[in-house]
Amino acid sequence: MKTSSRLWGLVAEFESPTTLLVAAHRVREAGYRRIDAHVPFAIEGLPEALGFGRTGIPFLVLCGALLGAAGGYFMEWYGMAIWYPLNVGGRPLNSWPLFIPITFELAVLVGGLTAVAGMLLLNRLPMPYHPLFNVPRFARATQDRFFLAVEATDARFDRRATAEFLRDLGASEVSEVAR
Amino acid sequence: MTPEPAAPPPVLLTRHTYTSITNKIAGIVLREGTGRVWLLAFGIGLALFGMLGVAITVLLYAGIGIWGVNIPVAWGFAITNFVWWIGIGHAGTLISAILHLLRQSWRQSINRFAEAMTIFAVMCAGLFPLLHLGRPQFFYWLLPYPNTMSLWPQFRSPLVWDVFAVSTYFTISLVFWYVGLIPDLATLRDRSQSRIGRAVYGVFALGWRGSARHWQRYEMAYLLLAGLATPLVISVHTVVSFDFAVAQLPGWHSTVFPPYFVAGAIYSGFAMVVVLTIPLRAAYGLQDIITERHLQNMAKIMLATGLVVTYGYALEAFMAWYSDNPYERYVQWNRLLGPYGWAYWVTLLCNVGIPQLLWLQRVRRSAAGLFLVSCVVLVGMWFERFVIVVESLHRDFLPSSWGTYWPTKWDFMTFFGTFGLFLTFFMLFVRFVPMISISEMRLLLEEKEEEQAVS
Repeated sequence: MKTSSRLWGLVAEFESPTTLLVAAHRVREAGYRRIDAHVPFAIEGLPEALGFGRTGIPFLVLCGALLGAAGGYFMEWYGMAIWYPLNVGGRPLNSWPLFIPITFELAVLVGGLTAVAGMLLLNRLPMPYHPLFNVPRFARATQDRFFLAVEATDARFDRRATAEFLRDLGASEVSEVAR
Repeated sequence: MTPEPAAPPPVLLTRHTYTSITNKIAGIVLREGTGRVWLLAFGIGLALFGMLGVAITVLLYAGIGIWGVNIPVAWGFAITNFVWWIGIGHAGTLISAILHLLRQSWRQSINRFAEAMTIFAVMCAGLFPLLHLGRPQFFYWLLPYPNTMSLWPQFRSPLVWDVFAVSTYFTISLVFWYVGLIPDLATLRDRSQSRIGRAVYGVFALGWRGSARHWQRYEMAYLLLAGLATPLVISVHTVVSFDFAVAQLPGWHSTVFPPYFVAGAIYSGFAMVVVLTIPLRAAYGLQDIITERHLQNMAKIMLATGLVVTYGYALEAFMAWYSDNPYERYVQWNRLLGPYGWAYWVTLLCNVGIPQLLWLQRVRRSAAGLFLVSCVVLVGMWFERFVIVVESLHRDFLPSSWGTYWPTKWDFMTFFGTFGLFLTFFMLFVRFVPMISISEMRLLLEEKEEEQAVS
């Protein structure tokens, strides 16, 4: 059908975080899976209500920090003990206690940059265009309203029934989102 | 039974809604025109910034001979200012990272501009060692890079640790601040009436749309950044103190330096946050968001870190006596009564004496009183660094290598010029970016509503 292929999904607007949380639970219970909420601040319990799993970011950051630490220590050891050994007052060439500060700083640097890059890449940001931006009221998602979006590709999606269901959950407005 | 202590003043005064708090904070940036106070502050900043430009140009042309530094006091103002500025930055990271991990929700009203303060303070700090190199065009010699001489920086030197610590600190502070800013930039994008505003804020907002999935990853990344920034901030001033403590000079070679430097950094940093907060909240009418609670909490942190610094001074004097080392003893007597004795007494008065007024609730509660005490602390902490740098260098082991140091007008122009750099950038920040995190204020509102629902 032509119309449904041009439809990205439905977005319902809620007045408060509490009604949105309840609605998110109910939508998930009703069997919808391709759902997401769009809210102006991080609401506790919302990812769980929508059935999102772990973020995977802590593991990435651990890898980044370890890579930074290993790379930092390797650079110091290689530069000071192998590449250009310089005997300063008979101190050992691999003087590890003195290599700790830079090792630590590079662990923090690479770990921190991994946290930011990982968050952006997993979120597929920057993303200049998204169908939701077509809905004029959606501008309030970054201000004072709470939105719940159901995609048309969801197995249980039905243009009319889903809209009706969202309205029953207390949505003040349900809009169709053009692709 | 002791009487129940009075409840602390609230973090938010007015009954705000999500809409009103967004309007209020975004409105400061998006409303038309600039206030007269802003123009005045920006003008002063720009004038001082211009003076810095002149001072640096002459310095690059003539060399650092125009400064008062020479052997034996080769560090002088440049390193004093470097340590002072970077210390000021530490309060911003403490507020944004450590207080975040400790779940101190009052920090949400002040973390944004405190983080901005950190970035600009580290910029001012970084300028000094670079200019002090003498040949700043070769700054990249500090970094490990493949070169035709196949040489590496000396990784065993605290001065090289400093390069890594300060550049990591600047980078992490900058990304931490920017990540915190993304949701607010999206708010500005969606509220801006002008095409340019929508385009510019839109580019920097990266297409943020507040997706719950995005928020989940965002919160996790933010938490981990806070967890990484916490040991980082402590490591930075520790490494700065190693620049002194690893050397053999009497008065520098001391194990108390790292904690004493970190506490001093937080002490002066909070003083700077207070000095910025009080005029800002008055100029933009933010008394309902930045309340007496914030000022009192900051006053208490200043009092506590001030006492740690006092302990540092006491321990320096005690160790000079207890070590029974004639050089250490001499340095202590020279601090008190030598040619720079007055600077040590100013330090004691400003960092140990006057801040004890903060024990009085009347002083903590009065904006003017707190502002003045904070200014005094900033002066005192600058003199502390001056004493540390100059005192040990000008009288070391051998009387034949003694000397004195007096700054020239170029030293003063460079130092006061960095206030211009700081003020110019800070005023631009206040004008174009929300100075209080709107998304975190919404979170604070929600928590407050939940509390009220429970009670």
